[in-house]
Amino acid sequence: MIRPWEALVNLVVNGQPTEVADGCTTAELVERLSARRTGIAVAVDGEVVPRHAWGTALRDGAAVEVLTAVQGG
Amino acid sequence: MDEPLRIADRVFGSRLIMGTGGASNLTVLERALVASGTELTTVAMRRVDPSGGGVLDLLERLKIGVLPNTAGCRGAAEAVLTARLAREALETDWVKLEVIADERTLLPDVTELVHAAEQLVDDGFTVLPYTTDDPVVARRLEDIGCAAVMPLGSPIGTGRGIANPHNIELIAEQAGVPVILDAGIGTASDAALAMELGCAAVLLATAVTRAGDPERMARAMADAVSAGFDARLAGRIPKRYWAQASSPALPSAVVD
Repeated sequence: MIRPWEALVNLVVNGQPTEVADGCTTAELVERLSARRTGIAVAVDGEVVPRHAWGTALRDGAAVEVLTAVQGG
Repeated sequence: MDEPLRIADRVFGSRLIMGTGGASNLTVLERALVASGTELTTVAMRRVDPSGGGVLDLLERLKIGVLPNTAGCRGAAEAVLTARLAREALETDWVKLEVIADERTLLPDVTELVHAAEQLVDDGFTVLPYTTDDPVVARRLEDIGCAAVMPLGSPIGTGRGIANPHNIELIAEQAGVPVILDAGIGTASDAALAMELGCAAVLLATAVTRAGDPERMARAMADAVSAGFDARLAGRIPKRYWAQASSPALPSAVVD
């Protein structure tokens, strides 16, 4: 949830420019994108963010990829 | 089949590894997977999409092992990152390593493949590389420490069968790790041939998921893999130039 008086950070999430509240963590962003908690992985600026580090706030300008398993192969 | 398939530290009763791509819906996929008897099945890693998903829950419910792939990756760096994301998401260090050279042929880019395999083996992954039917590349991948080698029969999704059976036989003959025929299977006889040539297993998707009746084709593939494996172990007769009677010769008295 973004409130107008809050500071925002600009991210690129799965290729889409996205604004989130300052302090938004990886876990909060994942929650916004998917109902699943398992079967999901996150990379920030080309580096995997291990699940234990999902509590860290995303910084302005980060390119975030949120992936899951789909039918394939 | 009497002898289970061993890859790295895991043992499988089925020698048929399935893919999940191409199925029209999850119900069709479920019936096909059950009919195939598979114990290991590939999935791809893609950006989350609220409309998608469900395949992981299906595989979990069917108690089928998940083998993430790096399908669509064009270079070693992209493939390595995708493998690491898959490990994080799916809590498995197994990966079907796939590095594609171009969209038209989807043929493996073997130089990038070898680079990616080296990095992932060093990083502790159990690497199952999708490769060409080149015996030298297969040997190289094994030397690096890959847990299996997976040569193509023909390009992905073409259903053209095994284009170069001699190369597949050479790869299987020299390999110290399981050889898994991956890609190009069109119908059951292709899967049986792969096993007769000495492959330890077959990986296929399209031949089943896009068949007129996926469930029936999955059953046919399972039977073909079993039949081919038994035929290989049974030791086929040599091919002969001239006929050789299979019935005793008639006593001359009958002819007179």
